[in-house]
Amino acid sequence: MYVAIVFLPLFASMLAGFFGRLLGDRGAQLITCGAVSLAALLSLYAFYDVAILGHTQKVQLFEWIDSGSFEVAWALRIDQLTAVMLVVVCGVSALVHIYSIGYMAEDPHIPRFMSYLSLFTFAMLMLVTADNLVQLFFGWEGVGLASYLLIGFWYERPSANAAAIKAFLVNRIGDFGFALGIFGVFLVFDSVAFDQVFKSAPGMAGRSFEFLGWQVDIMTTLCLLLFVGAMGKSAQVPLHTWLPDAMEGPTPVSALIHAATMVTAGVFLVARFSPMFEYAPNALAVVAVVGAFTAFFAGTIGLAQNDIKRVIAYSTCSQLGYMFFAAGVHAYGAAIFHLFTHAFFKALLFLSAGAVIHAMHHEQDMRIMGGLRHHLKRTYVLFWIGSLALAGLPFFAGYFSKDIILEAAWAVHTGVGNFAFVLGLAAAVLTAFYSWRLIFMTFHGQPGARAPGRAAHPHGHDTHGHGSHGEAHAIHEAPPVMMIPLYILALGAIFAGLAFSDYFVGAGREAFWGEAIKVLPENDSIEAAHHAPLWVKLAPVAAGLIGILAAWYGYIRRPGLPGELAHTHAEAYRFLLNKWYFDEIYEFFLVRPAKWLGRLLWKGGDGRIIDGFGPDGIAASVLDLARRTSLLQTGFVYHYAFAMLIGVAILVTWYFATGHGG
Amino acid sequence: MNDWPLLSLVTFLPLVGALAIFAFAHGPKEVADRNARSVALMTTTLTFLVSLLIWAAFDPRNPDFQLLEQRAWLAPGIAYAMGVDGISVLFVVLTSFLMPLCILASWEAIQTRVREYMIAFLLLETMMNGVFCALDAVLFYLFFEGGLIPMFLIIGIWGGQRRVYSSFKFFLYTLAGSVLLLLAFIYMYYQVGSTDIRELMRFARQTGFGLEAQNWLWLALFASFAVKMPMWPVHTWLPDAHVEAPTAGSVILAGVLLKMGGYGFIRFSMPMLPNASEFFVPLVFALSIIAVIYTSLVALMQEDMKKLIAYSSVAHMGFVTLGLFTFTTQGVEGAMIQMLSHGVVSAALFLCVGVIYDRMHSREIARYGGLVYRMPVYAFCFMVFTLASVGLPGTSGFVGELLVLVGTFKVNTWAALLASTGVVLCAAYMLWLYRRVMFGKLEKADLMHIVDMNRREIAVFAPLVAVTLWMGIYPKPLLEAMHSSVALLLEQHRAALKTAAAGAAGLAQLGQ
Repeated sequence: MYVAIVFLPLFASMLAGFFGRLLGDRGAQLITCGAVSLAALLSLYAFYDVAILGHTQKVQLFEWIDSGSFEVAWALRIDQLTAVMLVVVCGVSALVHIYSIGYMAEDPHIPRFMSYLSLFTFAMLMLVTADNLVQLFFGWEGVGLASYLLIGFWYERPSANAAAIKAFLVNRIGDFGFALGIFGVFLVFDSVAFDQVFKSAPGMAGRSFEFLGWQVDIMTTLCLLLFVGAMGKSAQVPLHTWLPDAMEGPTPVSALIHAATMVTAGVFLVARFSPMFEYAPNALAVVAVVGAFTAFFAGTIGLAQNDIKRVIAYSTCSQLGYMFFAAGVHAYGAAIFHLFTHAFFKALLFLSAGAVIHAMHHEQDMRIMGGLRHHLKRTYVLFWIGSLALAGLPFFAGYFSKDIILEAAWAVHTGVGNFAFVLGLAAAVLTAFYSWRLIFMTFHGQPGARAPGRAAHPHGHDTHGHGSHGEAHAIHEAPPVMMIPLYILALGAIFAGLAFSDYFVGAGREAFWGEAIKVLPENDSIEAAHHAPLWVKLAPVAAGLIGILAAWYGYIRRPGLPGELAHTHAEAYRFLLNKWYFDEIYEFFLVRPAKWLGRLLWKGGDGRIIDGFGPDGIAASVLDLARRTSLLQTGFVYHYAFAMLIGVAILVTWYFATGHGG
Repeated sequence: MNDWPLLSLVTFLPLVGALAIFAFAHGPKEVADRNARSVALMTTTLTFLVSLLIWAAFDPRNPDFQLLEQRAWLAPGIAYAMGVDGISVLFVVLTSFLMPLCILASWEAIQTRVREYMIAFLLLETMMNGVFCALDAVLFYLFFEGGLIPMFLIIGIWGGQRRVYSSFKFFLYTLAGSVLLLLAFIYMYYQVGSTDIRELMRFARQTGFGLEAQNWLWLALFASFAVKMPMWPVHTWLPDAHVEAPTAGSVILAGVLLKMGGYGFIRFSMPMLPNASEFFVPLVFALSIIAVIYTSLVALMQEDMKKLIAYSSVAHMGFVTLGLFTFTTQGVEGAMIQMLSHGVVSAALFLCVGVIYDRMHSREIARYGGLVYRMPVYAFCFMVFTLASVGLPGTSGFVGELLVLVGTFKVNTWAALLASTGVVLCAAYMLWLYRRVMFGKLEKADLMHIVDMNRREIAVFAPLVAVTLWMGIYPKPLLEAMHSSVALLLEQHRAALKTAAAGAAGLAQLGQ
């Protein structure tokens, strides 16, 4: 069964990819949707069997790489953590597949799109079922590839191509750390299989080894290296810059890959390696700080964005930050819980945004929208549900997971924990604010009321072209094939928290997680979180309400206020609008020097120095010499033989001179 | 079947084909050309089948040389000896695998002097297979240097506009190395009394060359092999040679000739000069890492497709030398896999360039764009090899790089860290290349009617795609073939170091 779950999508992907022309659009859609839906149903059963009943399993496939003691096999590891991920990945993927039938209906490359989506699903499943680090890396890079292909799906757009390459490269930088982590794990444990590594991890706690010339703590170093990989994949500061750009891809892709599944792989990685991270408190502290900072940082940027998808993208970035700092305070269960609920409501938000974009004929600028609640009543309601869950209002899904995270951060009573708690609360205000800002800008007010006017938009968008799209009569609700997946996700966004809270983070958590997640008894922050005082439990809800009210005040009550603020605090506004200038800094300090150096080495190093003093210089003198001393034709074979003769002559001379007689 | 001289067969069968073309492919140009092509294709295919027989007859558990052949030749101690072990057998298969594809790829691209072209290629195959089968240093040298002559001709006659400059440069570089290589072999002969590789190894194991002599010999060999690899800074002949060579010439150059350097290290330098090899590890590491970073940066700025891939070859070969000189199982086996993988992948990438060069007669990246609209099959193939070059898991490139870096990390974390940056840079230049050629809008007027790959081209690429994925997903047969030979090599290396250390300690004691 597990083999079927993992390989059905691959099979469907190959069919749709190679025989797309034969199958036609409809055939490709049927095959991929069918295969992934079947995988989703099977994974629901797997969840019941593994996570509820506790039947963990391992399926050995065949050997992969074997060199000395470096042995790697293809295998599927199905434990509780995997089971949760199977449900998330296959479930969301199946819904997105179906949704795409409607969303991509007018695209000329439907089989290719469906094939890529299924390929992604396969790679993601390989990632979550991996039994060793190298197979995990296979899935890790595989989802990166699928992400690259899908971001650049509309390959005629230069911006899509640039975003695709950027995503791949930034992820590669993260993978660079991840790869070093794998090498390090092998060096220390002489194995890359999870079981062996986790078994020997406690014995390595506190020991040190030499890395880059320094004596460093083994566990801290290895965990940090692996975390670098997680930062790249999960878009944590400073490797976050690719995620907003990735919105160039079609919206179903953003929902599936850049919200619900792939970007959470980093969180999965940290949870999977909890048996190592538990012995690396310093590494965990870094995880918590980076996560908390990202949660806050991405929230601030979300305030000032005008592209509907980018707002949600920064919100994703911010929510991923929550998951990381949860893991950083030992609350891995809470991190995965938030991952689980987030998959529902974020996919819901993205796909609803897709419905809006679909209705607006691929317009994404919120300033051009407005008043859509009259035309898109259902989508409007869905947006409210998704946003309420995102903001963590009772008793939506996000309420349960976000609350426990913040409580756990508070309950560890460390400096890092307090830092995370405060930033997390601040980010909760920001989250609620930009979510309702989005709702109000898109669905309330008048169409195009906020269309970029004077200096508000530095990029100088062509507003006249866009304005004509906003005509009211052309706007209509999405077809049922798109709406039904939304309803299912909405159910999840409402009930997933209530239904599973007890298993993931409640009294049943130890039975639920079994061996899959390891928390040392003295670090059980989730337990401590349950004893947090009332104000800590209420604070996140209050933060959400404050954010909503602020958005209401700024965008409904006094609609001129944000513009005034942006005007009076122009510096701060530009700072946020330009995303803290990360892209500019990278361009200036990394991209340009690399190009400059490349050209210098090519023209200067290769051309002037090596060739100049080497072959060209010698050639010139040899030619000169040959011309003077010889009238023979200069065929190259002749030269060659001539040189060999010289060689022999030197040899004989040397031989006699040194007298090495045999 | 085991009594057959399979190795001589795989080596000289192409020569027979060449002679057949020379003798029989006459008559009107059309007929002669067609015959020459057919004979070349049949011969190389047959040779490939023989190489598969060799692989089948090869016993992977036996670490020693197998399928031995021995005839008296020049002098006592210099014999015609052939044999393969787990290290060389795969290169024979690789060479024989690539040759028929080269012939097919040249089917329409080459229209002038077809007979001579085919003869040159068949001759080249004889030389290349000879290099990997030879068990005698002089015989090795003969094949090693002999292979250059057909390559000169291929670049010089069927090459591009600057072919004269390129072949001259090629010649100058290899020249210095060849002389020193010969010197070293002659010195070894006088020391050991034989040029049989097995004898030389035995001598190295039991007596060992003097420490100082080892260093000089090592440098002499290094001069030759480093140019072939090519290692930084003696790599500048490669981009020029590739750019000017016809497509199939580039394929063989990248696919096989570059591997001779690595093979030389693993066959001669490492087992015969263990102490010097150990002594020069820092040098090799430094040059390899410079090669990886330096040439990757240079590749980033190339405007010519072939040059870009040529520079990426230098970077990938940097991983090979790095892996070999870690003297770890993973490092050496990874280097071997990396060589085989690069042999397939870079060959395929040059063939990819050839496909559009045949249509548009330009290698300039800016000349293209948006090809994916007209050429989906081609886009798929190109993507597979781009990703393999980038080292995506599941392709052959990953296995080699992973093992090399795992081995390197054991020995030197700094080296592993720096070399890993090459993986990031490689993704940058390869994806950027792909984007500029394949993606974007199809704007250039003459590209509007470019046609996708035809059946012949698909027949060339299908096996390459299959092998690339097979090596990435199930490389076990390859690794299994080399395990015992590599283990023996490393074991002997350690033993030799121990002997030398003991000898040094003994001398020190005597001194006291």
